[in-house]
Amino acid sequence: MCLGIPGKVIEVNLAENWAVVETFGVRKKISITLVDEEITPGDYLMVHTGYAIGKIDLSDAETTLKLWEEILLAE
Amino acid sequence: MLNNMPDPALGQKILARLPSLAEKASRRLGRPPVLMEVCGTHTMAIAKSGMRSLLAGHLELRSGPGCPVCVTDQGDIDKMIALAGRPEVTIATFGDMLRVPGTDSSLEVERARGARVEIFYAPADAVEFAAGSPEKEIVFLGVGFETTIPAVALSLELAVAQGLRNYSVLSSHKLVPPVMKALLSDPELKIDGFILPGHVCAVTGRQAFEFISGEYHIPAVITGFEPLDLLASVCLLLNQIADGRPETVNGYTRLVREEGNKKARAIMEKYFEPADALWRGFGLVPQSGLALKKEYSLYDAAARFPLQVPASRPLIGCACGDILKGKLTSPQCPLFAKSCTPLNPVGPCMVSSEGACAAYYQYEWAAK
Ligand code: SF4
Repeated sequence: MCLGIPGKVIEVNLAENWAVVETFGVRKKISITLVDEEITPGDYLMVHTGYAIGKIDLSDAETTLKLWEEILLAE
Repeated sequence: MLNNMPDPALGQKILARLPSLAEKASRRLGRPPVLMEVCGTHTMAIAKSGMRSLLAGHLELRSGPGCPVCVTDQGDIDKMIALAGRPEVTIATFGDMLRVPGTDSSLEVERARGARVEIFYAPADAVEFAAGSPEKEIVFLGVGFETTIPAVALSLELAVAQGLRNYSVLSSHKLVPPVMKALLSDPELKIDGFILPGHVCAVTGRQAFEFISGEYHIPAVITGFEPLDLLASVCLLLNQIADGRPETVNGYTRLVREEGNKKARAIMEKYFEPADALWRGFGLVPQSGLALKKEYSLYDAAARFPLQVPASRPLIGCACGDILKGKLTSPQCPLFAKSCTPLNPVGPCMVSSEGACAAYYQYEWAAK
């Protein structure tokens, strides 16, 4: 129940606050009521029990990797 | 998250670095460090990745109160089961509550005896079901942490908007920061660093956990769910332990914002208010649960269907309580893999797929 599932946004309906996301080839209609950020197809959302709880910042993944590399590998 | 973080080379580098970091941390502590995860999904990810055996000898990984089904108090489970026995009530629940054993029965057993128990993936679906079945009283079992609570609050919003009179919530919700305080205040418990639940933090924000390093001087890292996330967090924790400079770090910035998800918290606060709650293993933890606000008592199953259940009995021989407190690990329970297996579970830690015993059994013990 507590499982968060990332999904790629395929379709957005801002007027009705829903999006269709795809995870491992399976599409699902979810609510985006709780997300404050702008959502466009191609974005990734973290979905819990039918609701997106946040947008996954893909550009941040690279920043994180770099940060870890620096912190972890510096002597 | 998905497959945009695969960097096996970095993983290897981190792994190579780990023993020397662990040694530095051990020297400072005078013993190998003990790190705890407080999220069922981390429990599964750790078990699946085989990290525990990889890190054995360098440090110890333990599970805490991270599985919402497992931490639900026995008396609360008994109340849910009793509610299922009322003829006018249809229970609406997430699937993982079904097999959780109460003192004398379970929802699954009650359903076989004729009780109405419906399973839903999303609370909103239960509201739709209620709207389509006006002759039934639908009671949604609210079990979960900050990740799930906003969805349950939104189901109330839907029910209120539609003026439904036959949908209510039995709130057994739990909040993670207060139970972390209970853990940290336990003088017997020696945890040297926390792997914080990434999705709970997406709602609460990093700030909500700042007290771990600020007041208790223990390092903590908000962590995602890829093996690389976990490995990097372990290293960051070891670094902090070795340096004696505890911080509450956000290692999951691709999802977690400093202030969390304000909209999710606002909807929670609209319908619920903090209340004392009982946790399996911990007993009463002040202000660690949520009750429906007075003005929504029409939607509060606890108020609409007052129940007196006989005192619950603990599950004989089950060590779930100590496992949830990080005092024991699953194989230390005498029933583990003997009379208690996923096919024949004795306690909730073996029933829930996010439970420590189930994860341990499936990935670490059965693999041997
Ligand atoms: S192995 Fe079974 S009996 Fe032992 S603590 Fe885990 S769930 Fe309880």
